[in-house]
Amino acid sequence: MANLTLVQAINLALIQEMEADDRVMLLGEDVGPNGGVFRVTDGLHARFGGDRVVDTPLAESGIIGTAIGLAMNGLRPIPEIQFEGFLGPAYDQLTTHAARMRTRTRGAFTVPMVVRVPIGGGIHAPELHSDSPEAIYAHHPGLKVVMPASPYDAKGLLISAIRDPDPVMYFEPKRIYRAFREEVPEDEYTIPIGEARVVSEGDELTIVTWGAPVVQCMKAIENSEKSIELIDLRTIYPVDIDTIEESVKKTGRCVIVHEAPKTCGFGAEIATSIMERCFLHLEAPVQRVTGFDTVMPYYKLELEYLPETERISRAIEEVVAY
Amino acid sequence: MTTATQPQAEENLAAKLPPDTLQQWLRDMLLIREFEVRTMQAYQDRKIGGFCHVYIGQEAVAVGCTAAVEHKDPIITAYRDHGHALARGMDPRYAMAEMYGKIGGCAKGKGGSMHLFDKPNNMFGGHGIVGAQCPLGTGLAFATKYEDEVMKGGTNTRVTLCFLGDGALNQGAFHEAMNLAGILDLPIIFICENNGYSMGTAISRGTTMGHNITSKAAGYGMESAIIDGMDIFTVYNGMKPLVDRCRDTSRPIFVDMRTYRYKGHSMSDPRKYRTKEEEQQYESNDVIDKLANWLMQEGHLTEDAYDKLVKEIRKEVRASMKWADNSPEPDIKELYTDVFVEEWGPFLGTSPPQIVKDAEGAGNDEDDDETREDDDD
Repeated sequence: MANLTLVQAINLALIQEMEADDRVMLLGEDVGPNGGVFRVTDGLHARFGGDRVVDTPLAESGIIGTAIGLAMNGLRPIPEIQFEGFLGPAYDQLTTHAARMRTRTRGAFTVPMVVRVPIGGGIHAPELHSDSPEAIYAHHPGLKVVMPASPYDAKGLLISAIRDPDPVMYFEPKRIYRAFREEVPEDEYTIPIGEARVVSEGDELTIVTWGAPVVQCMKAIENSEKSIELIDLRTIYPVDIDTIEESVKKTGRCVIVHEAPKTCGFGAEIATSIMERCFLHLEAPVQRVTGFDTVMPYYKLELEYLPETERISRAIEEVVAY
Repeated sequence: MTTATQPQAEENLAAKLPPDTLQQWLRDMLLIREFEVRTMQAYQDRKIGGFCHVYIGQEAVAVGCTAAVEHKDPIITAYRDHGHALARGMDPRYAMAEMYGKIGGCAKGKGGSMHLFDKPNNMFGGHGIVGAQCPLGTGLAFATKYEDEVMKGGTNTRVTLCFLGDGALNQGAFHEAMNLAGILDLPIIFICENNGYSMGTAISRGTTMGHNITSKAAGYGMESAIIDGMDIFTVYNGMKPLVDRCRDTSRPIFVDMRTYRYKGHSMSDPRKYRTKEEEQQYESNDVIDKLANWLMQEGHLTEDAYDKLVKEIRKEVRASMKWADNSPEPDIKELYTDVFVEEWGPFLGTSPPQIVKDAEGAGNDEDDDETREDDDD
């Protein structure tokens, strides 16, 4: 066991999977000696060499397209895109190739690739470096979308993603890259894709969230006298709706928290699923605490935009009092 | 080396090959031609849905380039892919059934005309977005090199052929792929099948330096060549040394393959952007006739044998249509298969391979169907 940050846990998972399987290789902008923009791949170039930790030009379409070709031809590439906002140029490759290759070829060609992407706000970055586009990728059948919220889950989910035969978008909440440490086993272990984590149990209200806001939700729960169940999705797609259903049928009340704008955010999908599955159990309308339908602001207004503890607490009170 | 090799009287390597190799080329080109003629017919008959881009006129490129590489060498192309798939050895029945959307297609009718894949023959598709296949080609080449050099500790043994149209020259993905191939020293040949038109736009109207597209390669310090794609001898003779060099040096190469599509961009193209005279000029100097005439002059082919070959191929393509006709329609459950490998939620997982084998029984009757003969355009 070691006490690791989320960044260190990812780094450890990469080392272990690269040691175990020489098909696993990294590519991206400055992932080599520099260790990537957030130093997630720090030390890997020295350890595995430039043949397996490959610095690429600044060309996201080229990076993801090349990774898809690598994966189709038998390797296990892990491309890094520096910020979620830079996925734009790669969107074509992800949605027209990676997501559809298995279907298009009846499974003859598959894309076992993990796209590592820092995501979300909270680090005082400008708007294009603080977005939360997870719902966009969840909307493309053929892609799996995961987002760990703790160092322990980060390692286990990444190992699962690398071994997964399908393309996985692995979003890393940059706000909690180094926000806290957690005991992370040295040994390998996996967190199954598609399984949510019940962070804390309760029977008066359910909070569903994922990524960095897990921290704010925990604070809101600490500040509340209510018995609140907190669910960290961990996997956005395929979403573990059964765990949510079970919880909401028990509590009858639900607040969904995410950083992305409200309209068409993944919370809309969860709220609809709750309506479909738990309609007669609901004691109050499902409430969403999200980013606003506006461009992510620069840092002076960042915390106004993000679902901070105060807004979550207010939603808890309203839903309980309904 | 950044200068383009102009077409020249290079060594006639093709003429030194065994006659049966050249006879096979003729057969392959005839197969593509006949397949495409019947494809157009099937499209008009609404048996093929969606969109359809035929390869008629460009046959020498797919056949000649494929002949210049080895079977283990990956090839990838854009949406005008029927010729490449057939040249690589795909059974025409699977290709036709794919376009019919039937279960016997190479992808159970899930990909269609633009997405012909053939894993056993190292054919990596058929891709619908112009230029977007180029980074995939770069990745394929990267994978062969990685496997040979990093995983096996040897030297690279494979060459990737990445076909693109001249319209792709203006896409960002093409330039990113060229740069990556250059900086990573990848064994890939980008073959621009320059038929002069990106859909309806002449290259001079849409592409800077369209009169000399090897200038694109010069920008990446890449060796390049201009090859006459309207003659399978020049294609093979031009490509073979490039392929050998690419394999030896593991450096990328760009080829301006001058060719011409006799038909429109797609089936609905009125071809108002070019003249009938221009089309007739190319068609009157046909790529297939050239090879057939040469074989006859050299005494490797008689008129009778040629007629027999043409009939044989007609029969083969007709059989593929019949097979496609009789192949089962996809079951509703196919909506949910092959999305992910494992079963979850509405998705049933990846189809077992025997589904294609099951379809083999369907429509395998090779009876002649004379009603479809002699209605070529």
